[in-house]
Amino acid sequence: MSEGILDYGDHSHDDHHGPEKGFKRWLFTTNHKDIGTLYLTFSLVMFFIAGFMALIVRVELFEPGKVLVNPEFFNQMTTMHGLIMVFGVIMPAMAGLANWLVPMMIGAPDMALPRLNNWSFWLLPFAFSMLFSTLLMSGPAPDFGWTFYAPLSTTYGPKSTDFFIFSIHMMGASSIMAALNIVVTIFNMRAPGMTWMKMPVFVWTWLITAFLLLAVMPVLAGCVTMMLMDRHFHTSFFNAAGGGDPILFQHVFWFFGHPEVYILILPGFGVISEVIPTFARKRLFGYASMVYASAMIGILGFAVWVHHMFTTGAPYGAQLFFMYATMLVAVPTGIKVFNWIATIFRGSISFETPMLFALGFLIMFTLGGFSGLMLALAPSDYQYRDSYFVVAHFHYVLVSGSLFTIIAAIYYWLPKWTGHTYSERLGQWHFWLSVIGMNLTFMPMHFLGLAGMPRRIPDYALQFTDFNQLCTVGAFIFGFSQLIFLYIVITSCFGKGTGKASSQVWEGARGLEWTLPSPVPYHTFETAPTIT
Amino acid sequence: MDITVTGAIPYVRNRSNHYIRHMLSSEDNKPSFKKHKRLTLILLCGVIFMFGFCYMLVPLYQLICKTEGINGKSGASASTVNPGMRVDKSRTIKVYFTTTLHGGLAFNFMPLQRAIEVHPGETKLVYFLASNLTGREMTVQAIPSITPADAARFLKKTECFCFTQQYFFKNEKADMPVYFFIDPAISKDVKAITLSYTLFDVGAFKKDGVRVVNKGRIDL
Repeated sequence: MSEGILDYGDHSHDDHHGPEKGFKRWLFTTNHKDIGTLYLTFSLVMFFIAGFMALIVRVELFEPGKVLVNPEFFNQMTTMHGLIMVFGVIMPAMAGLANWLVPMMIGAPDMALPRLNNWSFWLLPFAFSMLFSTLLMSGPAPDFGWTFYAPLSTTYGPKSTDFFIFSIHMMGASSIMAALNIVVTIFNMRAPGMTWMKMPVFVWTWLITAFLLLAVMPVLAGCVTMMLMDRHFHTSFFNAAGGGDPILFQHVFWFFGHPEVYILILPGFGVISEVIPTFARKRLFGYASMVYASAMIGILGFAVWVHHMFTTGAPYGAQLFFMYATMLVAVPTGIKVFNWIATIFRGSISFETPMLFALGFLIMFTLGGFSGLMLALAPSDYQYRDSYFVVAHFHYVLVSGSLFTIIAAIYYWLPKWTGHTYSERLGQWHFWLSVIGMNLTFMPMHFLGLAGMPRRIPDYALQFTDFNQLCTVGAFIFGFSQLIFLYIVITSCFGKGTGKASSQVWEGARGLEWTLPSPVPYHTFETAPTIT
Repeated sequence: MDITVTGAIPYVRNRSNHYIRHMLSSEDNKPSFKKHKRLTLILLCGVIFMFGFCYMLVPLYQLICKTEGINGKSGASASTVNPGMRVDKSRTIKVYFTTTLHGGLAFNFMPLQRAIEVHPGETKLVYFLASNLTGREMTVQAIPSITPADAARFLKKTECFCFTQQYFFKNEKADMPVYFFIDPAISKDVKAITLSYTLFDVGAFKKDGVRVVNKGRIDL
């Protein structure tokens, strides 16, 4: 493989300036690698903030009655935890991975619109500062849940809701610009010979995700704009007094919200499709079906939103349609899961940290998919709705789904990015503690929900105490084990890892990015490689 | 300067045949900005369309609700009696009435009868009592909702106090009428229907001439 390393040591690119020094480098950068790093760092910071909020929630639920915080603050914590984890952690992390990897994977020197790229990142710190500032205001911070249903967020919303609305606008603008950039990059900047069906699956899934973002983020923007108008300009989109309808809010929100959950998971599917073949030392099984299945999931995502609102009085015909459409999503998802299993089958597998997270994802995401199928059944959804069963379901698909894929991606590409390997031993500790913590936190929630414990309530009946205490203990194990991850990332970034990474890094790794030296030079593929 | 990279592209069979050729000239990159701009503009049009689509969902929703009779939307406007309609004496459906006050509105608002038995096709008149306890003049409107959802579009009102806003002087009391019938086409499974009204303060959405159109209202 050594003959495959493109030579970047000959200083033939000396005419290109390097990065600026200090703070300005990060503020003014248009380099896709720098912006990827910014996104990922931002996401990591947000992850610990939102995780801390989750721990406050779990402490409050350690025992019935008041433990630590009053109910008003509890509501603010659940709301902020959800909002930050979705918009501040998973989405920026995925965007960061796209920035780092998409140009390197398709043989492009950078993103197509580098200045836009800078702007789309730098909107985020401001958007989130605005959201956090609501915690310091005299009225409560947003306390209506991350789904901000009207009229809780319109008629009854606290004053800070307006800050929330504008921060959503900014996050939306940021996501739209990032998605725009990614689509243009993938369409226009593929290296000669990189045909559509040679593109890595990660690039494919991000392309589909970007289209989903372009389609639904404007709907979210419209939705919060309607809220703003209802709150201040005497319209009544969601106010029955003026002829509007609060149920309409749920339709508009979930028309955005359901594609949004695929936005959160599809790039993760791409990551897993890169990681598993590497450590199974086999070609990905069913590449074409992977691509079509991802596209299918993206399309079906627009036809299932009413399954979030079966109990709002939707007619039976609509309930049936959305129930079957939802279950249909299991088909392409199943294709993907079986393809990954087939890739592992009879491979020579080794269990390095990225592979562990990928396998953990494979098992636990599938579990989350099964509880999703239970929720998709309209008749049983009447029982499970708004209970802890729902909380368990979406944490299985978001924590052991999206988050695990992001962690797997970091462990997989970190040596390539930084040029330093990390301690495999610590990585394994991180994995096992995460798996134990995560299952201890969310598995009991299934049973709590089935037994009737409602979500978003800071108190509960006495009989739920034991399981809630298990959840809280698990949450602390999960939360604190992430410090290992932080340690690994920081040491690797600042050159204190366990050693220098080779350009190949992983024996079985394939793809254009592995042909570059480690650490990756500041400018890569300035002359496009030709793939024949 | 050809460099062979074994298996750089992992997704195609026979990977030993694949090369990455490091080309020395890349002058063909120059016109790419035009290409980027074009695609960006196309995508931006899509984004703007989707923003508009979000607002289009509002009338679309109203239309679907009205035609399908979902969510009380069909109950908010007058129906006419089909002259060919006959009373189906063989069936009796019990119609319950409930009321809710929105947002702690200081009104007394209740039906004069809790429930009434109706044959499909038969027109009934019931009254709802409302009295203004707010200590000032008020404009209110009742918003109807009917359950079960699949029966909603068969309960039809020819006249109703909920069609218009209602003006109340300070301390005013009134009985407000609703004429309704149940369409005989209703499913045989439906034995009971609940008609619920929520009374809203619509002072912020006042329409002109409210006082004039309150047909059949008995001021007490």
